[in-house]
Amino acid sequence: MTKVTYIDASGQSRTVDAQVGSTVMETALRNSIPGIEAECGGACACATCHVYVAPEWTEATGKASQMEEDMLDFAFEVRPNSRLSCQIKVSEALDGLIVTTPAKQG
Amino acid sequence: MNEVLSTDVAIIGAGPIGLFAVFELGLLDIRCHLIDILPKAGGQCAELYPEKPIYDIPGFPVISGQELVDNLMKQIHPFGPKFHLGEMVERMEVLGMPEQPLFRIGTDNGKTIEAKSVFIAAGGGSFQPKRPPIPGLDAYENKSVFYSVRKMDHFKGRRVVIVGGGDSALDWALNLHPVADRITLVHRRDAFRAAPHSVNAMRELVNSGDMEFVLGQVTAVKGEGGQLSALTIRRENGEHYDHPCDDMMPFFGLTMKLGPIAGWGINLHENLVPVDTAKFETSVPGIFAVGDINTYPGKLKLILSGFHEATLAAQRAHRYVYPDKKLTFQYTTSSTSLQRKLGVS
Repeated sequence: MTKVTYIDASGQSRTVDAQVGSTVMETALRNSIPGIEAECGGACACATCHVYVAPEWTEATGKASQMEEDMLDFAFEVRPNSRLSCQIKVSEALDGLIVTTPAKQG
Repeated sequence: MNEVLSTDVAIIGAGPIGLFAVFELGLLDIRCHLIDILPKAGGQCAELYPEKPIYDIPGFPVISGQELVDNLMKQIHPFGPKFHLGEMVERMEVLGMPEQPLFRIGTDNGKTIEAKSVFIAAGGGSFQPKRPPIPGLDAYENKSVFYSVRKMDHFKGRRVVIVGGGDSALDWALNLHPVADRITLVHRRDAFRAAPHSVNAMRELVNSGDMEFVLGQVTAVKGEGGQLSALTIRRENGEHYDHPCDDMMPFFGLTMKLGPIAGWGINLHENLVPVDTAKFETSVPGIFAVGDINTYPGKLKLILSGFHEATLAAQRAHRYVYPDKKLTFQYTTSSTSLQRKLGVS
């Protein structure tokens, strides 16, 4: 089973099982991870599932698409490792992925 | 205000879909009251993008949000709907029997409205601008930090920082430019998701030195008694500097807050109201949900889809309002009875 670790703004860490093919956002909602709101339900239309990808994982997760970059304009405290978690698909290559959730989504 | 108002259908939300519902219900002799948290009719069309062109309203190659609202208001005028604006529906009780229910609605202004059917046309719920998580920002809000422009005059001769890269940010940068002393646009990247002509107009002003563009993000606010004196901006290279200013307008889009609807006993799915696609009725008989607030397989959040939903829901609502009357389908082009209702015959 693939694992994803979510670290919240206070530093608390939660590691959960993630299904290959699901998104990091869906995995968070399914596991009641706080700090991810996903108002639009994964349509890349709200920027409320913003996460920071741990530096050692940014290469594996890849870069944000043009549409995702546009939506990130509506997120706060955007950094070079910012992504929308609805746009990161869980794969075996991402087993052990670590993301941090921001202090506030929207 | 203890008086109980009585009507056939209470429509929660006076956006384009709530307004059009009045028309379709009116053709069926159903009277309506509308309740909306905004101080004017039109919902997001009137509040958020009154001047923005809409290109996908059937029969209108282009129409602005406000024009659409004005047209709808004209279209429903013959039916004399009653508006309760600037009020939020807080409570809803279901009285009566499932086959002939009665709904009692309470607003935050103390009004009570009883209706035989309810249309929830609340869009994204009561929507609010996203507020940047900058410590102490609330002390400046509505004094020198604004999420919308109520009075252009306020910005006369002021140094205004506009934050964001979307249409709202660019529109206000351009609109306030002739009024303000100086406009500075702050955005995290040198790319804008906005109408190309706005982006071009902004770039021309920046190139000629009439507007300033800063690549960065606002991290702190400075000032006293609600009046900003400067913003701390982190540039792309990571260094911070203080940018003197009088006002800031952050544009980070909106966030949807469903509000009290969650407490009315209607089944919800991820802050939306599931409905069927024949009558757009919720899990509570007699309560319909139309427009952006509802969900069903294949749902598209389009104004035109909402118009269709309201039309079909109105047909079904007739049964709750006139349980003993048979509904005969008629066209406005040929029915003199409908034309009389519209005041055109």
